[in-house]
Amino acid sequence: MLTLLLIFFPLLASLVLLLARPQNAKMWAFVASVIELVLSLVIAFLFDKSDIAAQFAFSAPWITSMGLNLSVGIDGISLLLVLLTTVLVPFIIYSSFNNTYEKPQTFYGLILMMQMALVGVFVSLDGLLFYLFWEMALIPIYFICLIWGGESRGRITFKFFVYTLGGSLFMLVALVYLYFQTPGMHSFDIQALYQAGRALPLPEQGWIFWAMFLAFAIKMPVFPFHTWQPDTYTVAPTQGTMLLSGIMLKMGIYGLIRWLVPLVPAGVQEWGYTAIILSVIGIIYASCIAIVQKDMKRLIAYSSIAHVGLISAGLLTLNPIGMQGAMVQMISHGIIVFALFYIVDIIFQRTKTHALAELGGIKNVAPILATVFTVVMLGSVALPLTSGFVGEFLLLNSLFQYQMIVGAVAGLTIILGAIYMLRTFQKSMSGEMNTLTKTFADLTDHEKRVLYPIVVIIVLMGIYPAPLLSISEAAVNNLLSLFTESIASLK
Amino acid sequence: MVDIKLLIALVPILPLVGFLLISLNVKRFVPGVTSVIACGSILGSFALAISLFVQLLISPEGTQLTVTLFDWISAGGFQASFSFLVDPLSSLMLLIITGVGFLIHVYSIGYMHGDEGFNRFFSYLNLFVFFMLLLVMGSNYLLMFVGWEGVGLCSYLLIGFWFKNQDYNNAANKAFIMNRIGDLGLILGVILIFVNFGSLQYSDVFANASTASTETITLITVLLFIGAMGKSAQIPLYTWLPDAMAGPTPVSALIHAATMVTAGIYMVARNNVLYTLSPMALELVLYVGLITAVFAATIAVAQNDIKKVLAYSTVSQLGLMFVALGLGAFSTGIFHMATHAFFKALLFLGAGSVIHALHHEQDIRNMGGLKRHLPITFITFLIGVLAISGIPPFAGFFSKDEILANAFAHSTLVWVVAAFASLLTSFYMFRLLFLTFYGTPRASEKTMSHIHESPASITIPLAVLAVLSFAGGFMGIPEALGGSHWLSEFLTPVFAQSLAIVQHHHLEHSTEYMLMGIIVGLTIVMIAIAYVVYVSKKTVPAAETEKLGVAHNTVYNKYFVDEIYDAIIVKPLYWLSHSFDIFVEKLGIDKIVNGMGQSVDTGSRALRLLQNGSIGFYIFAMVVGIVVLLSLTILF
Repeated sequence: MLTLLLIFFPLLASLVLLLARPQNAKMWAFVASVIELVLSLVIAFLFDKSDIAAQFAFSAPWITSMGLNLSVGIDGISLLLVLLTTVLVPFIIYSSFNNTYEKPQTFYGLILMMQMALVGVFVSLDGLLFYLFWEMALIPIYFICLIWGGESRGRITFKFFVYTLGGSLFMLVALVYLYFQTPGMHSFDIQALYQAGRALPLPEQGWIFWAMFLAFAIKMPVFPFHTWQPDTYTVAPTQGTMLLSGIMLKMGIYGLIRWLVPLVPAGVQEWGYTAIILSVIGIIYASCIAIVQKDMKRLIAYSSIAHVGLISAGLLTLNPIGMQGAMVQMISHGIIVFALFYIVDIIFQRTKTHALAELGGIKNVAPILATVFTVVMLGSVALPLTSGFVGEFLLLNSLFQYQMIVGAVAGLTIILGAIYMLRTFQKSMSGEMNTLTKTFADLTDHEKRVLYPIVVIIVLMGIYPAPLLSISEAAVNNLLSLFTESIASLK
Repeated sequence: MVDIKLLIALVPILPLVGFLLISLNVKRFVPGVTSVIACGSILGSFALAISLFVQLLISPEGTQLTVTLFDWISAGGFQASFSFLVDPLSSLMLLIITGVGFLIHVYSIGYMHGDEGFNRFFSYLNLFVFFMLLLVMGSNYLLMFVGWEGVGLCSYLLIGFWFKNQDYNNAANKAFIMNRIGDLGLILGVILIFVNFGSLQYSDVFANASTASTETITLITVLLFIGAMGKSAQIPLYTWLPDAMAGPTPVSALIHAATMVTAGIYMVARNNVLYTLSPMALELVLYVGLITAVFAATIAVAQNDIKKVLAYSTVSQLGLMFVALGLGAFSTGIFHMATHAFFKALLFLGAGSVIHALHHEQDIRNMGGLKRHLPITFITFLIGVLAISGIPPFAGFFSKDEILANAFAHSTLVWVVAAFASLLTSFYMFRLLFLTFYGTPRASEKTMSHIHESPASITIPLAVLAVLSFAGGFMGIPEALGGSHWLSEFLTPVFAQSLAIVQHHHLEHSTEYMLMGIIVGLTIVMIAIAYVVYVSKKTVPAAETEKLGVAHNTVYNKYFVDEIYDAIIVKPLYWLSHSFDIFVEKLGIDKIVNGMGQSVDTGSRALRLLQNGSIGFYIFAMVVGIVVLLSLTILF
């Protein structure tokens, strides 16, 4: 029941929010997201790390004729992503307090609806339910970008919508196909689908792999399915970008872990290498493009593609080290990318520009902002003792074990990441002030309340990641041992 | 009796606390408070380092003091903890880092006096010491890597300390990025170690070192050495170090001379067991060091910036240390690292004192005649120059002599090249000394009228380092001169496993005397030449506008290596990035994606025309369809 409450509380709150007065909307939305956070912390507290099964499970038939069950539960992998969502959403809402949005009830209502769908994705134990939540997440973010976005938002959000929706349809086809492979009264239950998928011969597992992978790859996005992303990130309102990059793209990675690897092990075995190569190409490709970007928001968008490429490559090695690295890196990336986009927003609010060429010298007048930016940047370039290092090291470790040359090429991210991040910092923060940045005000108390906790989290996670790693450990090991078993049984 | 584990843990924690206190109170603390906290924390660590050192001395040989604080990363069979190791090697490093570090902290109080970033400066400096201590105290590779990258960060922050100047920021970025190239090699080496040994704990790896194949060991050690090339500024990754002189001079002394840049030496020495198992890797270390030593020394001869000369000299001296390591003479490399820390820190701080007195003048063409005005600086600088030139009985003589003796035992060629580098060193160092302190003043009268000797916080550290530069060599007096080589004895437990493998050539005492005689004699000749050129003939290096000969011009422009790197690496990278952005991304992938959307759109538009509402057309289409279907059934 706790899980159901966790899913539907934000929905309820978003509906109530429509009744609130516009000027109070953000406050109520924030309160609701904090309640949701508390709820998730209760779940984390009650969670038994040693148990591999889904906990707080709930299952009831919903539409029997379609085989749809309202079947949810939380294991370690789910819990980490749920926590990422419930921690980031209050931050995202609170960070918006300085912005004024038209029709705030709708805006914040959509954010909360989005939260519902995200939590739903991370806890679904039914294929069709997963798909429903997956698509439901698209709708609020589409409207957020369409209504409150920047220049030429119509064209760009349309492309984003059609592209990701199109990708998801492949997934739907694959799921329905598997549904008809389930015995007796067909079912979308995750275990039934797993069994049906594993029993399939290789060629069929192969196309199901690609159908599912395509949906996930577009969402993350993985090279070469990424071209909707930089435009959308740039044009979306800041909170929309944070939702997209901080949480929503993790749906794709989560999908790989939960709905691909255990579903068609032979397909993964056969085609994983190709997917890893695509991901690694993406790391280098996106990092290079980031080096020559002139717009800060766009630059971070490309850096995100690079980071996600490393996560997907490392996790597809199916090495427990890489899988755990992917888990911790998802959390770290979510937090860091949130902070980066917030810093860009702070700069934009004061200077009305994201263009690096027009900035410079901000460190002279805003030393606190510069210091916070430094720490976040270090997290992004994975300096040891920041959260970014733990994940990146584990991921590179798994890739190097997988194939030395692949690991070495992916490792170039260490160098390229430093190049584009240091360049960004230098162009915006260092040097002499110009007329635009001369009057730049340092962080307000409100902004400090957002960024200081983030800085603390980045450093704490870097020094003591053990609690996070231990949450997902049992679930990851279980998942991988099932994978190995089913591969072995095929032979 | 205080728990020894607590003492070990406190060594790095004290500077960390110092950093936190200062950085969280950057706007509140007055300089006095900051100075006390910053210097006090390092002094505290120094005291602890001494007590640990004493503890090691009185313990039986082979004792290692260890402490494990907590599990850091543990995932899927990988495990690394926050644990520290104090053995003779790290103990010696601790003494140098905290001892020299403390002196440089004190010096900085005077040097940074009145700078608006005073507090920020000391917070970075304390953070640096913390990371440097992690680097040498970590008992596993990953913790060493933490320190390794951490000192790189502090180096970046301090090179770009005066961040208004974009040239300085460029130098900072260059340092960080070049180091990261090395770091990639290092971390891949570390991962390879984990893959092969299943552990990153030094003790586990060294105990099982012989179980791995030679190819694997070679790959590991070469990857690790790439890291050392970056951090310790060896060819081809050395060009960041001269640029790093953009940072305040105490930083150049502490980070870019005495401690951080010797991390590569420490790392190779720490991994002596692995290196001795791979003769190929040792050869690589030897020749990279040897080439760097000569190459950098020739550049130093033609530089006119007082700090640049010292920077190239550091690159060259680090090369000599790698020569020692490459010859398997690990304790010799460490010996030279220690004496170098003393005299190079002294020289940099002396240069800083000169720069301070001349209001930020760094060009030796505008100096001269400072001997009378800055007597303490002059005397101490002279001691530093004598030490680095290898004049007995100054510190550099003993350590350099040991390297050359080992080189001679290996091959005459190596000895000749190393000796040549070392002779060049004495030439350019005396050139620097004469141009700065001798002759008539070339600075403006206005500057000369304000000139004064630096305050006590600057001169006292100079004096202490001068004493160390004089006497530091006595820790390793060779047998040939009636000593017992205490340092080598002290370090024996660390290198015991390798010493059993590497064959050591022992030179006859008579040979050693001869070598010493040749070198010292030639050094004096070099000094005499420098004296004739720069004091008797009063030659001043050519002004910027003067046209130089081809050879001189090449050396003056550092063999155009920066320009070459720019042409073959930086420019192509940007070219590649731009073409990705414009051609592949916008005109390639995105065109295809949009094209697919477009084709659906166009297709629909075309199909729309079929539904034109004319019944006649529909019937016609139907009839055609029926005919086609029927004929198909008949045909097949």
